[in-house]
Order: sequence, then structure tokens, then C-alpha cells
Amino acid sequence: MKFSTVMSPHLQPVNSVDRVMLQVLLALIPGIAAMTWFFGIGVLINIALAVIAALLAEASILGLRGRPISATLKDLSAVVTAVLLAISLPVIAPWWITVVGSLFAIVIAKHLYGGLGYNPFNPAMVGYVFLLVSFPMQMTAWLAPVELSSVALTEIDWLKLIFLEQLPDSVNFDAVTMATPLDSVRTQLGLGRSVPEIQTDSAFGFIAGKGWEWVAGGYLLGGLWLLWRKIIGWQIPIGLLLGLGLFASICYAIDSNQFALPSFHLLAGATMLGAFFIATDPVTAATSVNGRIIYGLLIGSLVYIIRVWGGYPDAMAFAVLLGNLTAPAIDYFTQPRVFGQKT
Amino acid sequence: MLKTWRFHGGLRLPAHKHLSAHRPIVNAELPKQLIYPLQQRPGVQLKPTVVPGETVLRGQIIADSDHFLATPLHAASSGTVKAIEDRIIPHPSGLSDQCIIIDTDGRDEALTSERVADYRLEPASSLRTKIRQAGIVGLGGAAFPTSIKLNPGPQRHIDTLILNGAECEPYITCDNVLMQAEPDVVVQGALILMHALQVGNGIIAVEDHMTEAFQALSSAIEQSKDLRLTVIKIPALYPTGGEKQLIRVVTGKETPSGGIPADVGVICQNVGTAAAVYNAICRGLPLTERVVTVTGQGVKQQQNMRARIGTPISDLIKQCGGYQDTVERLIMGGPMMGFALPEDDIPIIKATNCILAAAGSEVATSKETRPCIRCGDCAKACPVDLLPQQLYWHSRAGNLEKCKDFSLFDCIECGCCEVVCPSQIPLVQYYRAAKSKTIAKAKEAEKAAIAKRRHDFLLERKAREQAERAERSRRKKEALAKLKAAETATEGAE
Repeated sequence: MKFSTVMSPHLQPVNSVDRVMLQVLLALIPGIAAMTWFFGIGVLINIALAVIAALLAEASILGLRGRPISATLKDLSAVVTAVLLAISLPVIAPWWITVVGSLFAIVIAKHLYGGLGYNPFNPAMVGYVFLLVSFPMQMTAWLAPVELSSVALTEIDWLKLIFLEQLPDSVNFDAVTMATPLDSVRTQLGLGRSVPEIQTDSAFGFIAGKGWEWVAGGYLLGGLWLLWRKIIGWQIPIGLLLGLGLFASICYAIDSNQFALPSFHLLAGATMLGAFFIATDPVTAATSVNGRIIYGLLIGSLVYIIRVWGGYPDAMAFAVLLGNLTAPAIDYFTQPRVFGQKT
Repeated sequence: MLKTWRFHGGLRLPAHKHLSAHRPIVNAELPKQLIYPLQQRPGVQLKPTVVPGETVLRGQIIADSDHFLATPLHAASSGTVKAIEDRIIPHPSGLSDQCIIIDTDGRDEALTSERVADYRLEPASSLRTKIRQAGIVGLGGAAFPTSIKLNPGPQRHIDTLILNGAECEPYITCDNVLMQAEPDVVVQGALILMHALQVGNGIIAVEDHMTEAFQALSSAIEQSKDLRLTVIKIPALYPTGGEKQLIRVVTGKETPSGGIPADVGVICQNVGTAAAVYNAICRGLPLTERVVTVTGQGVKQQQNMRARIGTPISDLIKQCGGYQDTVERLIMGGPMMGFALPEDDIPIIKATNCILAAAGSEVATSKETRPCIRCGDCAKACPVDLLPQQLYWHSRAGNLEKCKDFSLFDCIECGCCEVVCPSQIPLVQYYRAAKSKTIAKAKEAEKAAIAKRRHDFLLERKAREQAERAERSRRKKEALAKLKAAETATEGAE
């Protein structure tokens, strides 16, 4: 009897890129659910817009590059990029912000560098930073959490707000928007108030702002699930949270009036999203085990430095991109010792 | 319980050993035809010592060579040499090569055997010669001549013999059942090997799930009353049966890169090899049969068979009830490092521990390869602590120097990286290709160096000859001139 021959190993592979990406998407659900609960359905509209734009962009550029289209779209990497970008954007961002950011992420940050696996910078964060420096006004208009807002937006209102940039007649823009907790700590400190005073404001919940802390909790939950499923390693998230936490603890110990509690920094802004979902993007991160701890620590520290002394209230995107820059060097210096070789 | 160490990485693979682990060893029927490839290992070609038409007996040497890595080949039954011709050989390449074909006569007559009365009275060199003459090679799969392993040279001090009973590849159970069925033979073989090596410490390592084998060996050791030998359980973690990995797990020692176990004072032998050594020394039987696991969902009855070396695989499959309809691939060895065979008329050889008739659902049939996403799972799984990802990039780019920098030649091709790769990249193939390219390049460079030396030598010789010629003609001229001068002087004097 004749048989076909292939080279070993013959065992079926235990994992696939499609599966990894799908699980990342599933792990995002608790965070997205919390975001929808506290900030309304705008985030879902943003996700839909970003995903459609990303898939169309990926399909057309794959066509231009003469690469297989449907097989590549199936890997879901473009969807992950789009969702990560969409949930980083203000929920009331106009539709073109989301679409332009998504296109930039896929076309410029991903495919101009060769597509999946070849991009040196995290595409979602490149898209985010591109939007932030190009359209600062739209990118900083954050909605107040539902419970703090006097305005209840219907589905129709949401569609009008995002697609036509129109609010209901009776509502003005300032009534729905509100500074994020990170932002208000920053500006209020500038006005001479102390952190404990600022934290008595209505926008602050238990730890890191009403709504915000729950969203962070959702991402933490999803992140822990990814850890448990071994989709991500512990090195980057723990390194990142440790770097940020250590920095924040030291500063808080020095002056608790000027520096917020470490727990605030860990649950505010994009810390949890960044630690478990963005910095862990394997393509753009360091790859060695020790290198990943360093990489995480570095990003965590950068987040704190930029938040406290830099020009932006949150800093995940910049910190991750700067971390991406260092990844090859970190890998070079953290090579493991080969079995049976001397160092 | 002895302490065990661990090595980096490795995988817990689905074992599939239940298919055959608790089945007795069945004696395979004598085949009508026995086939013996003359190529024992790449570069080691045996010369036939028989001619077509000649009758042979069981245990008669039919091929041998002076090559230091060669061991003689014995007929596994009596019969007539039908031909010496090209057949497809069991080799990853699927190439044909010279094979001796014997038509068996069914009488199974054997040469009279010479046994050693008491191996303890034999010097090590005589045991080694007998082991070589019995054609014994490592039966774990690598088929390295045992007699050479037993002679590590005076510069290396050996303190430990490890018997490898860790069948780390999924499916394979031939060593497990052998240890259960013939623990005394394994233990006695181990004692002979210890005597040949003059070591006082022997350890038989079995995987932690082999409870029966562990117990059988323990009581066999107890009966032998030789306390220099112990049996230990080690965690079932692929590739713990790899020689260097096993030594690490059992002794904590790391065999140096490019070195051999003897460099750290250890010799490793497969349990089946130990049994073969016992049979050769104490029963006078050369290596003509071995236990083979025939398994996989693609065969009707999975079992462990004691089969004559040279038996066509198709014969064994027939005795296992034939193939299932779902059979997809025929593999010699395990699913991680074994190689797929193009057909089943190929014989089993000394190194064949397993015939895996795999159904389509058991093997990777269509991998959807995607770009590397640099997840690093490969590096986590690598038992040698290499960076498979860097090796992949550099071997793909054909950057052989860089591959060397990343220790390509330390790769044992165990396949862990490839099995965990989410992008399903055929990593091991890239490494194999890079290795063979590097070797080919080195050979070419060597050839070129020889050619250059020759050419330089030629030029040098030509220059020397020319200089010598010039010198000769100068001397001649001088002599002539002197002669002339002398002549003119005498003329003038006259």
C-alpha cells in the first residue's frame, strides 16, 4: 500500500493564530460590556465602524499586494486591531475619527510594514496616536458616565451624535462630556488642589473614577482569563503593573498630596487594557522571557512618567510605542543560555 | 526515591499509549521474505558477505564493513539469498538502495551459538568485541553501535550507566512491555553493561506512568541482589527520553554542547539494547529480532510484536488485522520524530521501535501556515533553550552564519516548537534544510580548499622547476664561459 510522506513532527499543532485572536476578542467582552453599561452604546457603534473599516482596508490592501484575502481575513488579527482601537477612542467620537484611525492602523502601521507579524509598532496604538495628535479636540471629548449625566441618550440620539455630530436640541455639548479622572487629577493639581481634595469630587468612585474602575475591572477579568488559558504570558502584564505600581508607590510615599494612590493609577485610564491586551501584542513586544519582564516594567514606568510629568493625561499608547522601539534591543540582550553551552 | 532534575521547556503530549501498553508481546510469524538494507546509517555502507543463491542460517553474518561505525548484519532466519538489489529503504528520503533479499525456508535453522559462561570473568574488550559481533546497536531509535559507546576512551572517567526506559514519544510502548515481560533480562543486561564499563552505579529510568514496569524491574533487581542498580520514575515530559535530556533529569548534569554523555561521566543505553546485550553474551544470540509496537487508529489491532529484523511492515500489519479505512500515514518511529514511509513493503530495521499507522484524525494533514506572530511559544517549549524564532528567520533568509550564532546545531529536531506554533510554520523543516545547507557548504569549502592547495602546489612546483632550469642553464653557461676563457688563455699562452 502506498502512503503520502511528509516530514515530522506528525502530531497536529495544538494552537492556531485564529484561535489566539478569537480568544483575545472573547476576553475583551467583560470590559466592553462595562463600558457599554457606564457610557452607553456608542462604544458598540465605534467597534462596528472600526471593524468594517479595518476588514475592508485589509481586504483591499491584500488584493493590491496579491496575497490570499479570505484566508488572511480569517486570522482575525485585523478585527483585534480594530476593536482595540475602537475601545480606546472617546465613545462620542464622530464616525470619521474611528474610520480614519482604523484605516491608518491597518494600511500604514500594519501592511506598509509587511502585514501580520512584520509590523514593528502596535497598529492600534499607531492609529490612536495618529488621531490624538491630528484631532486633539475630538479625541479628548469624553462622555460622563451615565450615572453622572443628566442626559439620557436614546439609540437614535447615539446614531445622530456619531454620524451627524448632532446632539438632541435640548442638550449642549458640555452637559454630556466630562474630564476623565486622570485628566481631572492633572488639571486640578495644576490649580493647586491636593489629590485627597480632588478625589472627593463626584466623578470619583471607589478607587479610580465612577464607571472607569468597573471598565478596568472588566479588562482585568478578561486578562486573567487569557493568562489562565495561556494565550498570554504573565511577564508583560505583571511587569507593566509592577513598573507602574512601584513608581506610583514611591511617589505616593514621598508626597501623598501631590501624587495619587497606586491603586488609582492601576485602575484608571487604559492601565488594565494596556497591560493585558495592548502591551501583550506578541508581534511588537520583546520575545524572550526575561526580556518581556523588562519590557513590561519599562512600559509601566513610562506610563507613570508621562501621566505625571508628561503632556498627556493617559499615556498607554505612547508608552507602548516607545516600548516597541526597545523590543529588538531587549531581545538581543536577554538571550537565554543554550543547554550545554557556557554563557 | 532519587531526586530528579528538570530541563527547560518540553511538552506534555497526549500519550495514546493505552492502545498497546497493556497488550502482551506477540511473536510475529516468520515472513516469507526478509529484506536487509546495506546502508546502516548515512555514510556507513555494509558489504555483503553472501552471494545470491547462497543458503544462510539464522544468526549468520550476511554483511559487514571495516567502517568504525559499522556493525555486522545477521540473517534472522534460514533460507536462500534471492538477490542483492535496489529496494526502497526505511529512510526519511524515501530513496532506494542496495538490499539483501532472503527467501526464508520456514525451517528457521540457526547457527550453533557460543555463550559466555560467566561474563564477570571476561575483560571489557572481549565483551565489546562480542557485542559488536552480535550486531548490537542502540535500539532506542538512533542505532549507534553499542560497542563504540562502551569504549569512551581512557581520558573520560565514567561513573554512571543510565538505562533509558523513558519512552517519551506518544504511542510507543515496546520498551514498556519488554520491561514488564522480561525484567530479568533487562537487569542482567544492565549488569553486563556495568561490568563492561567498570562502573559502580546503574540507574534504570522509566516514566512515572509505567507502574508495572517499575515494579517488575524493582523485584528483578531485588532478586539479583545487586545494590549498584536502581530504578527510578521520572516525569513523563517529552523529550525526556532524549539522551542529553534524560541525563539532565536523572543526574542534574548538562552534557556540553557538541560533546557526548561520556564527557560528564555518563553512558546511556536503551533498555532494549541491554536485553539484546544479555541475549548476545549469555545466550549467544546475535541481534536478529526486536520488539516493535504496531499502533495507531489506522490499524485494526494495536499490539507489541517480537519481529525478525528484516520483516516487511506489510506482514506485521496483516497480522494486526490489516488497516482501517481511515489510515492516512505510515510512520516509522513516533509521531514527533518518526518519518513517514511511502509504502509498506519496507522492512523493519534494528532501529525500528514503532510502526504507527495513523488515521487522518491523528496527524496534521493540512496545516494553515500563517506569518510568525513572534509569540515566543516555541522558545518556551524548546528543551535546548534555543530561540527557534530567530533560527526560523535566519534559516528562511538563508543566513547560515547567523543560524550558527543561534546554535542551530544544538537543535535536536524534537519538534516541540513546531507543535506549539500557532502560525503552524514547519519550523523543523527549515532547521533541517539549514543544517544540510551548512554541511554541504562546509564540504564544498573543504573541497575548494583542497583544490586551492593543489593549485598553489602546482604553481609552486612550476616556479621551482623554472628556477631550477634557469639555475642549470646559468651554471652551464658559466661552465662554458669558463671553458672558453680557459681555452683562450691556453691559446694566448701558446
